Amino acid sequence: MAAIALLASGLARAAVLPDDRADVLYHRYDGGGVTIDGPSVLLRKKFEEKYSVSANYYMDMVSSASIDVMTTASPYTEERTQGSLALDLLQGKTQYSVSYTLSDESDYTANTASFDLTQDILGDLATVSFGFSQGWDEVRKNGDNAFEETIDRRNYRFGLQLIVTPRLMTGLNYEVITDEGFLNNPYRSVRYLDETSARGFSFQPELYPHTRTSNAVSINARYFLPHRASVHGEYRYFTDTWGIDANTASIGYTHPWGKRWIFEAGYRWYDQSAADFYSDLFPRADAQNFLARDKELSTFTSHMFSLGATYELSSLGWDRLRRSTVNLFYDRINYQYDDFRDITAGGAPGTEELYGFDADVFRLFVSGWF
Amino acid sequence: MPRRIVLLLVLAAASSGCANVEPWVKPYERQYFADIVMSAERDPVAAAYINHVFEAREGARGATGSHGGGCGCN
Repeated sequence: MAAIALLASGLARAAVLPDDRADVLYHRYDGGGVTIDGPSVLLRKKFEEKYSVSANYYMDMVSSASIDVMTTASPYTEERTQGSLALDLLQGKTQYSVSYTLSDESDYTANTASFDLTQDILGDLATVSFGFSQGWDEVRKNGDNAFEETIDRRNYRFGLQLIVTPRLMTGLNYEVITDEGFLNNPYRSVRYLDETSARGFSFQPELYPHTRTSNAVSINARYFLPHRASVHGEYRYFTDTWGIDANTASIGYTHPWGKRWIFEAGYRWYDQSAADFYSDLFPRADAQNFLARDKELSTFTSHMFSLGATYELSSLGWDRLRRSTVNLFYDRINYQYDDFRDITAGGAPGTEELYGFDADVFRLFVSGWF
Repeated sequence: MPRRIVLLLVLAAASSGCANVEPWVKPYERQYFADIVMSAERDPVAAAYINHVFEAREGARGATGSHGGGCGCN
């Protein structure tokens, strides 16, 4: 997915194509028994101030001994690679963008094609954008060559960005996403009470509905402070046909220091209710039509604290390089689940400790503008 | 149906005489928006990555101002 929000960065500003740039990023996520790291490389080039081409290569190297894996399977390693190509065309105050993304791993392939249109209006004080994506996924199962399922995905999005005062910019985004196909994980199981088992419970494969439609709306604002710094905030409300309602709120502060440094700090809060068919412990086997014990579908809250630093490098002795930076961002995320229990902690079924964990996320990258 | 209404309203606004509206923030008053500290996606690769982390760990998705793709996050 996502490694490619960047290809839609034109959504934020129309009428001017983004600058030529190159980014090389190393990312690392470490939490809950899962370590994921790898590179991401972006190249973007303009032609005649009218066309812009960008390409991104992204890789995840996963080493997983997560709570799910430790409960019903064995630790594993895998890789996911993703490539994207995008073309932007600027005509007057209108920008057209098309992109294609391919993500591939041993048991999952995702293809996504996107189209976005961005238009400046109201004397360039507002920008509206519309977008559509179509995705075709193929779900496989390692060790079972006969298993092959598909997912059809569609995204419809609308955005509005508005300059309100000389110091205040606000934005609104709305997105509808529909999925149809095999939406659960072919490896994951749910547990149910079973008196015949020594532990008091047994497992059976999870089973999700074959369709899902979600609606999300967000508002954001960014304000320029008198001492040349900025504060920004965002709120998002999410709801879907699986019964999940979620709220996200974040706030951040950006502060330059001297001629070379920019520091950032932020906090993000996320809270969601469980899917209608989620349960940590079902009362019996085949208790209902749909069954899930994915902690991402449970009731939980997360808090994220972020710090970031950017350092403007001196001239590297290459005339074509206008400027370059080295950047380090660190995020600490805490997840606390309200109805997902840690089976490995022991105890009578349904009374085990509630699960929670901390994750450390690092992004180290260099950027160059040409 | 509400989606279509919103779409029609915005299309109408975008294609009408909105360009004649008197700007409430003059062009010479917009220098702050050119400052790097006001850039919402100053680092697109880094922003895309953290959005990917959120999508993989949370049930919610969308309305981030960018478009994603399938990541096998199930």
